[in-house]
Formats: sequence, C-alpha cells, structure tokens
Amino acid sequence: MSERILMKGNEAVGEAAVRAGCRLYFGYPITPASEIAEYMAYRLPQVGGTFIQAESELAASNMVYGAAAAGKYAMTASSSPGISLMQEALSYMAGAEVPGLFVDAVRGGPGLGDIQAAQSDYFQLTKGGGHGDYHLIVFAPYTIQEVINIMPIAFETAFKYRNPVVIAIDGLIGQMMEAVEFPYFVNPDEVPLPNWALSGKFRHGYKKNVNTSLELDPEKLEAINWRLQAKYHEIEEKEPRYDYVGVEAPETLVVAYGTVARVTMSALKKMLAEGKSIGLFRPITIWPFPGKALAQKAVNAKRIVVLEMSAGQMIEDVKLNVFDPNKEYEFHGHPGGTTFTPSEIEQILRG
Amino acid sequence: MKIVYERPKTLEKVVNHYCPGCHHGILHALIAEVLDEMKLADKTVGVAPVGCAVMAYNYLDIDWIEAPHGRAVAIATGIKLAHPDVLVFTYQGDGDAASIGLAETLYGAIRGVNVTTFMYNNAIYGMTGGQMAPTTLLGMKTTTSPYGRDPKREGYPVKMAETIALQDGTAFAARSALFNPRAITETKNHIKHAFELQMKGEGFTFIEVVGTCPTNWGMTPVEASEFAKNEMVKTYPLGIKKDVKGSETR
Amino acid sequence: MTRNLVVAGFGGQGVMLLGQILALAATEKQLNATWLPSYGPEQRGGTANCTVVISDEEIGSPVVDKPMYTIIMNNPSMEKFEKMVEPNGTVILNSTLITMEPKRTDVNYLKVPANELAEQAGSQRSANMVMLGVIGWLWKDIFTLEELEQAMVEKVGDKRPQLVETNKKAIELGYEFAKNII
Repeated sequence: MSERILMKGNEAVGEAAVRAGCRLYFGYPITPASEIAEYMAYRLPQVGGTFIQAESELAASNMVYGAAAAGKYAMTASSSPGISLMQEALSYMAGAEVPGLFVDAVRGGPGLGDIQAAQSDYFQLTKGGGHGDYHLIVFAPYTIQEVINIMPIAFETAFKYRNPVVIAIDGLIGQMMEAVEFPYFVNPDEVPLPNWALSGKFRHGYKKNVNTSLELDPEKLEAINWRLQAKYHEIEEKEPRYDYVGVEAPETLVVAYGTVARVTMSALKKMLAEGKSIGLFRPITIWPFPGKALAQKAVNAKRIVVLEMSAGQMIEDVKLNVFDPNKEYEFHGHPGGTTFTPSEIEQILRG
Repeated sequence: MKIVYERPKTLEKVVNHYCPGCHHGILHALIAEVLDEMKLADKTVGVAPVGCAVMAYNYLDIDWIEAPHGRAVAIATGIKLAHPDVLVFTYQGDGDAASIGLAETLYGAIRGVNVTTFMYNNAIYGMTGGQMAPTTLLGMKTTTSPYGRDPKREGYPVKMAETIALQDGTAFAARSALFNPRAITETKNHIKHAFELQMKGEGFTFIEVVGTCPTNWGMTPVEASEFAKNEMVKTYPLGIKKDVKGSETR
Repeated sequence: MTRNLVVAGFGGQGVMLLGQILALAATEKQLNATWLPSYGPEQRGGTANCTVVISDEEIGSPVVDKPMYTIIMNNPSMEKFEKMVEPNGTVILNSTLITMEPKRTDVNYLKVPANELAEQAGSQRSANMVMLGVIGWLWKDIFTLEELEQAMVEKVGDKRPQLVETNKKAIELGYEFAKNII
C-alpha cells in the first residue's frame, strides 16, 4: 500500500508517468502545463531517464514520435495552442501507428486565448484534429487521483492499439493540490520492447522494420485506412469508459466531464439527497465516446443538461448518441474564461 | 580472381525511383558501403525525409522511419535516446533540412545530438517539381523564381555546413560532392568519420553533399555534374568546416 | 464532515502557504483534502487566494463560491470575499490591516490583530501563522495544535528552518487568541 501525499496536479502527472514506466519526456514551456516539464526535468534524471526541452512543440512532439517508434514509453505535455502545433506529429503517428502519450492542459482559445481552465479542445482532440481519417484515444480525468489511476492504462492502451493517447486535463486540475496515492511502480526494463520497434535489426531477428505513414498506391492507402478504421471500431467497442452517479433512470440527465463534472458533484449530491430524479453521466474517455451507455441512461430522461467549459462541443456527441429529437437538450457553457461554480450549477440543475 | 568492388550488401536489390543523373543513388550506395565496412547495418536506424528521398527506406536494408517534413532530427533525437547504442542518421534534402526543418536541424547542432545528418544540396525542390529551395543559387531560375533568384526579393542561398560548424555541439561538419570519383571518395571518408564520431558519442555530425537535379535543372546528367562541379561549388565551397577529432583520426 | 475555507490577501502574505499547511495536515490524518490556488488574471489587483476543502468523504467540487470560512488578510480581499461567505459562515479578518467596516449581519466576524500578534511572535511575516492558529482553535474537532505545527514544520522546515520557532509561536498566539475571545 502506498502512502497518501498532498501533491499538485501537474506534478502528479509527471510522477504518475515516471511510475508508469516512462523515462523519456520532451517538452516545450507553455502555461498552464509547464510545471509538468519542470517536474520531469527534476525527476527523470533520478531514475535514469531523460528530459529534453525541445526548440518548439513541433520538435517536442516529433521527438516523442521518434522515441515511441523506437518502442519506448515517451511523452510530452502542452496546452491548447501547443497541441495545435503537435497535430502534425499526431496525424503522422496515427497514420504510422506509433503510440505515445500527450497531456493537454486545456486552456481558453481560439488563438492565444488565455491561460484559464477550458474544455474547448474537445473537437481538436476527439475529431482527429490533424489531417486524415484518424482518432486519438482521449482520457479526461476529473480528479488528480483519476489522472494517476489512468496513467498506466494510457500507456498500455497506446501500445496495445499502436495509437497516440491524450490525457486532457486543465489548468485547474494542474494547479490544485490533492491528497493522492500512487498504487503502482512499473519497472521500465520489464516493459517488453515491441517487435515493431525501430531499434536496430539485431534486436528483432535481422529483418528490417520500416515505419511510415506514406503509401502512394491509392488502393493500398485505402486498404490501410479501412484497416485503421477497423481498429478504431474495435476501440469504440472495447475502450469507452464512463462514470455514472444518480438514480437508475433519471428524468434529468446531466452530462459533463473533467473539472465540470467534479464541480457538478456537489450540487448533484445535494439534489439526490432531496430525492430528485437526476443523474450525472461523466465520460472518462471522450474518444471513444461512451455513447451506448449514455443512450441507455437517457432512455427516460426528459431533460438532458450538457455542461462544458466551451461554447458547446461535446453536446454534438451527446445528441448524436441519444438520437432523440423529442428530448429537451439544454447547454450551459463557460468558454475558457471562468469556471462553473457549485451554486451556478445547482441553479441550472434546479431549472 | 580478387574482388575489388561488389554491390554493398546493405543496398537493397531494387530499382530506385531517382531520375537518371541524380546523385541520390550514389549517396545511398556510399552510406551502404560504410555501414557494411563498419559492420553497423544491423544496429542502425535511418530517418527518411519528405522530399525526393522520401522512400529511401526502400533502398537500404536497415531499420527506417519516414519523418514529417523537416522533423527528421527531432525524430532522430527520440530514437537515439530510446536506443543510445544504435547508429542513427537522417537523410534529408535542402528544403527539408534548411527550410521547413531549419530549427530542428540547427538544434541538432546546438544541442549536440549524437546523430548524423546528411543534407543533399541540389539547390531545388525536386519532388514537388522544381521550386526554389533555400539553397537555390543567385540568378537561378526555378518555378517559383521564374525571373532568377534575386537576393532583394528571394534572399540569399543558405550556407548550412558553415552554419552548423559554428555551433558548439557540432562534432563534425563538412561539405562534399559526388560529381567525380575523387569527390565521391572524399564523401565516403566523411561518412565513415562521422559515423565513427557518433559511435564514440562526440556530438552532432553533419554532411552536406552537393548533388544534382538534372530533371529540374533542365540538363543532361553530364551537364548537371559539370554544373555541380563548376557552379554549385562557387557558392558552396567543399571541405571540412569543423572536426573535433580531426588531428587524431585523419 | 466537510469544511471549506477561502484564504485571501496580498501576494506575499503567505495565504497560499496557510492553505497548503491545512491541506497537508488533513492529508496526514488520512482525510481527503483539496487546495485550489487562484492563478492568472485573478491574481491581478493585489489579491491572491486559495480554497481548501477538507472532508472524510470524497470531495466534490474543489471550487467553492460560498465558503463556510474565510480568512481575509487585507482590504482588497475584504471587498471581494466578504460578500461571498455562506450565511452563518465565519469571516476571520486581519484587523491590523483591514480598515473597512464589516457590512454583513448574517455572518460571524472574528477580528484578529494578526500582524500585531505575529510581531509578538518575532516577525510580522508570520501573520498567516497566527491565522492558522485561529482556524486551529475553530477546527479543534479536526486537528490538534501539534498536528498543525507539524504540518507547518514539514512545509517550511527544510527551506527556512529559521522561521520554524517564530511560526510555532505565532500559531500558538493565534490559537490562544481565538480560545479567549470565543
């Protein structure tokens, strides 16, 4: 049993990655994610790992690409404008089937926006973001402890499907401190080197490995893309994660993730104690979106309330999956400047 | 009968896609020869660029990755840290290494990343059909400098070998060519030396190779070689620009 | 049991540290705790603040807009946070620096001459520790004085060991002050 410690979210991201077996971190400073890089610059040398401050987000993400193509757990962290720059590497990695972990401490946009907590990267993270038909696997934890719990799963999932994975947090989760524990420590030497790793032919049977996203033969590229789609369908079947708190078939179904879901919990618990027919559906993976589970929870709901720190992005997936025009959909948003408060949410939920 | 030359084992027995008179094939063969001689092919990872050499991975029997445009040195940095015992080189064109990837390439030198970068300089974007490169000579006509490169409008040709040599993290920076047997031998010596330095962990090694592009230059292979020898080297003087271990090994 | 608290003051008055010590003391007691700092634009205008939630249950929102307790260290923070306090909540204000008159009738005010008491302890910079002592008395059902002092030592002992004794004294003076007026 590990001991409970009080830790800052951004530092917990770093420590969790180290304990999940990651020894290679490539970063470029950006608020509010810089503390993750700072922590790794301090921590990785202690465990024989390497931290590199890259010259740009382009370089940082492509260093992750190289290290992950070489078969190692590697990561970077950034915030929205930086993630936009990383879309190049993400698209290539999806196409070339290279795993790798990207943490996005989402901040307000578009453009330089601000540094406050936001969820307006939902589209860029879940719909592909870069060019081509692909998906990233995106976790959106709502507490620091959940960030920690997800970290080893994130690396394993990335390598299992050979696909980049994103953990989406925000400045609030990054800046706050919480009592947490780390129930694991993976020895990176015990993580097997995949046979596809670029590591010198002597490491994999003297037959050369080639990693590329290029296929100029249109029929072959189409076949590759259909194979990738089959992989994404498998992920959609097997990997959606969600949490639900509330009555069995609520009249009011609230849908929120990350920080917003957490802020909602206070009002929700109060109303549940009053016997209200309400429930909170919280996607933990925003891609794959847990649409089937959501649709089930929504069967008896008259009112579906979607809360996001954006101008309304996830609500599209909510409507698509509930797929019932007769329900009343209600959206409330904070697009990247301020955060929902518990009283505000209580007022919204009471209608 | 004594064999004085044979096809390098590491050079794949396939027909390459390069145009007649292009020097990429020679450079590929030289790298293959050196890898064979140094017995390093089994512990090498190559990084292919976006540009004419985008499919270099089809031509050498080593592990390969195809990098996004310009990011080869960043990719190589990641691979080298994952497997420090492996020889890692990037194979890039002038547009890839000196235009879109200038930051990544220069940072290879600034950071002293222990990898080797080849930059094939033929003063043009070949793959996309003959647009102006950062290395296009003054006065040279390309599809995007149809009146000839005018420094007032298009700026000056970039001197990469010299620029890289200025950085403290650089172990070796040289410019050589492939237009005659003597130049080819010199290039091969540079390759071998650079790989030796990398295996000793000396830092960033950079070889700029003056090559040709007969197709986009609108020349015959022989004319193109002559142009490289007589014109290209005026702007791009050959020679070693920096060598941290020069006195010891050469 | 769930308690929440907002601590607000000038940057440099140690309001962040005060909140962290409370969260740390709770963590050591196997309670759940969150500490949420203001950052970015909220810090402009001379106020820094943090929110602490302590509970023996899973903590819902770390964001609190109607705190049960507030510690207010200066006038600008008084302006901003006095109105937010939950009805029947408690406002602990630094009467050495706050010249504004309390405006509400539905909350309890506790006026603590924090800087003066800190001066007695050895340094005005320990005014935040005086307030920690005050909250220690108010939350004596959760923490003992020793537990708070221990969390303080853990937090500042390594970096600034010379402050430990002054801080301890300040915590004790705050604790005694609260004990005597309540």
